[in-house]
Amino acid sequence: MAKILMKGNEAIAAAAIKGGCRYFFGYPITPQNEIPEYMARELQKVGGCFVQAESELAAINMVYGAAGSGARVMTSSSSPGIALKQEGISYIAGAELPCVIVNISRGGPGLGGIQPSQGDYFQNTRGGGHGDYRTLVYAPATLQESVDLVMEAFEVADYYRNPVIISGDGMIGQMMEPVEFKEIPKRELPPKDWATDGTKGKRKPNIINSLYLDPEQLEKHNWRLKEKYDRMVQNEVRYEMYNLEQAEIVIVAYGTTSRVVKNVISILSKEGIRVGLLRPITLWPYPEKAFDEIPETIKALLSVEMSTGQMIDDIKIAANGRWPVYFYGRSGGMVPTPDAIIEKVKEILRGQR
Amino acid sequence: MAKVKGRVSFQEERCKGCELCTIFCPTKIIIIDKNRINAKGYHPATVKEMDKCIGCANCAMICPDIVITVEREMGK
Amino acid sequence: METIFRKTEGLTDALFHYCPGCTHGIIHRIVAETLEELDVLGKAIGVAPVGCGVLAYEYFNCDMYQAAHGRAPAVATGIKRVHPDNIVFTYQGDGDLASIGTAEIVHAAHRGEKITTIFVNNTIYGMTGGQMAPTTLIGQKATTAPYGREVAHAGYPLRIAEMLATIQGAAFVERVAVNTPANIRKAKNAIRKAFETQIKGEGFSIVEVLSTCSTNWGLTPIEALKWLEENMIPYYPLGNFRTPGR
Repeated sequence: MAKILMKGNEAIAAAAIKGGCRYFFGYPITPQNEIPEYMARELQKVGGCFVQAESELAAINMVYGAAGSGARVMTSSSSPGIALKQEGISYIAGAELPCVIVNISRGGPGLGGIQPSQGDYFQNTRGGGHGDYRTLVYAPATLQESVDLVMEAFEVADYYRNPVIISGDGMIGQMMEPVEFKEIPKRELPPKDWATDGTKGKRKPNIINSLYLDPEQLEKHNWRLKEKYDRMVQNEVRYEMYNLEQAEIVIVAYGTTSRVVKNVISILSKEGIRVGLLRPITLWPYPEKAFDEIPETIKALLSVEMSTGQMIDDIKIAANGRWPVYFYGRSGGMVPTPDAIIEKVKEILRGQR
Repeated sequence: MAKVKGRVSFQEERCKGCELCTIFCPTKIIIIDKNRINAKGYHPATVKEMDKCIGCANCAMICPDIVITVEREMGK
Repeated sequence: METIFRKTEGLTDALFHYCPGCTHGIIHRIVAETLEELDVLGKAIGVAPVGCGVLAYEYFNCDMYQAAHGRAPAVATGIKRVHPDNIVFTYQGDGDLASIGTAEIVHAAHRGEKITTIFVNNTIYGMTGGQMAPTTLIGQKATTAPYGREVAHAGYPLRIAEMLATIQGAAFVERVAVNTPANIRKAKNAIRKAFETQIKGEGFSIVEVLSTCSTNWGLTPIEALKWLEENMIPYYPLGNFRTPGR
C-alpha cells in the first residue's frame, strides 16, 4: 500500500480501525479532538459504534463495558482527561480487560496548557489509578511508528488482557507525515470465552469483576497479575539504540524529544563530538536491559525531556550508579531546541574530560 | 366459599428471622421459633398450624431471603 | 397441590449477604423473576453497583459486571452498544446513582440508552455505615447528619424519578415500594414494563424502588416497613412518571 500524508491524530484513529477497533468512547479535549472526530465519521462505516460520552469518567467506563463484552475498543484523551480516566483504568486492569488508551499529552499541572508536553510520564507509567497494576505504554516518535504501534496495541492488549497506553504528545497528534498501513504481526489469541454476551442458558454466567473481599484471594489475584506483568517485562520491551559506537555521551529521550536529539547528534558529529541516543519505545516495561549494551566509551548519560524531570528516575534505576546522569528539560509546552541540548552536552563534556 | 388449602415450606438455613412473613400472614400461623437456632444463628420462622394455610403466598412475597416455597390445592 | 411460589431460576443458590429484613432481597427476587418470565435470562447482562448491592453479581444468574461507584450506566452503555440485542440492566443504590453517579444516569437517560435501571432508594448509605445520602429525608438522622438533615445545610432530598422524567430519552419512569405484598406485586409489574420498554427498543427505562435499611435507620425490619410507608412515600410519591406512547 502506498504512503499517504496524514495528520497524527487521524493516522492514530485510522490505525485503530485497521487494528480491529470497532468501538470508541471519548470526550472532547485539545489536542486530540481529531481522533474522536475521525471515529465519529468512520466507525459506523465498518459496522462499529462511536459514542461521545458525558465525561472522561463515563468514556472509560463505557470502554470497561465494551471490553468486557469482547469488543476491540479504544478511548483517547489528553493529560487532564487521562487523569479522570485513571479510576476506570485501574478497574480495567483489575478485571483484566483488553483496551487501548491514547494520551496525546499537553502541559500541566491543572488545566496547564495545550502545547506538547511529556509531563505525563509518571501518569502513564505509574498510573494515577490505585492498586498493584501496570499498563503497557508505547511512546512512538514518528507517525509511521504511531500507526504500527496502535495497530499492534490491540493484539498486545488482547494477548495479555490488559490496557495498553499510547503515549503521544501534542506534536505527534498535530503534525503531518506520510504513513503506510502495513500488516502487523498477528499473535495467537485465545478465544474471549470470558466475555459477556449472555449465557444463552448454555454456560455459567461470566462475571467481569475486580472485587475480592477476601484479602487472601486479592493477594493471589495480585501476584497472578504480577506474573503477567513480569511476562511483559520479559517479552515486550522495545527500544532503539542509535549512534552509540565510540560515543562519549548517551542521550536518553523518547517521542518528540528523541527527534530533536537525532538532529543534535548529526550536528555534533560534524564537530567531531560523538553522542548516542537510547530511545525507549516502551516506557513501561522500561528498557533497563538496554543500558547493559551501553559501550565502555560512554562517560555520562543525559536525559532530555519535555518535563522538569520524570523519566530520569527510571534512567537512574537502570544506570544503577554506573554513569553520572544529567538532565535537560523544558516544560509547560516548550520544546527543547537543538542548540540548548548541544550546549548541555558540551558543558557535560567539559566537566568529564 | 370453599376454603383454599395451601402449604408452605421453609428452607430454614436461609432464614434470618426478620419476622416480616409473620405480619403479612392473613391467618397468623407463622411464628418465629425461639426454641431453635439455625446454622446462621437466627431463630427461624416456622408454621404451627399448616391446615390453616390458604396458600396466598404473602409470606413468600415479603420474604427477603427466598426461604419459602408455597403450594396450593387448585380447582375445588 | 401445585407449587405456586418457588425460587426463580434467575437467581443463583447463593445466600444474600444483606441484613435480616433488608428489602434488597425482595428487589433482587422480583427483578430475577421478571427476567425469567420474559424468557430473557440467557441474554441478560447486569451491572452491579458499589454499595450494599455490590455483590449482586453473585446473585443474578446471568452474565454480570461489577462497576465503579456510580458508573454502572456508562458500563451498561458500553455493553449495550456492543450487544444491542441483549438485555442490559443496572442495579444501583441511592449513594451510587443519586450522588456520585448523577452524571452517568442523567446522560444514559438523555441518550435514550436502551437499558433498564433498577434504582434502590433507602435514603441512606448502607454499606459504609449509615451516612447521609442526597435522598435522606429532612430531619432524618444519619452518621454524617447526626442532628438530622437540615435544609439550610444539606438542601432538600433529591427526587430522582421526577428529575429523570423531564428527560425525553427516559421512556419509562416509575416509582414503586416493596413494603407490602401488594406493593411488591405492583413493583414487579413496573419492572416488567421497564424491561419490555427495553425489549421493544423504546428508550431508557428506570424503576425507583423505595427500600428499607432497618440497620442504619435503627429500627426492626417490621418498624422499617412502617417507617417507609409513613415517611418516604409522602415525600417520594409512588406512581408512573413516563410510559412510552403516553
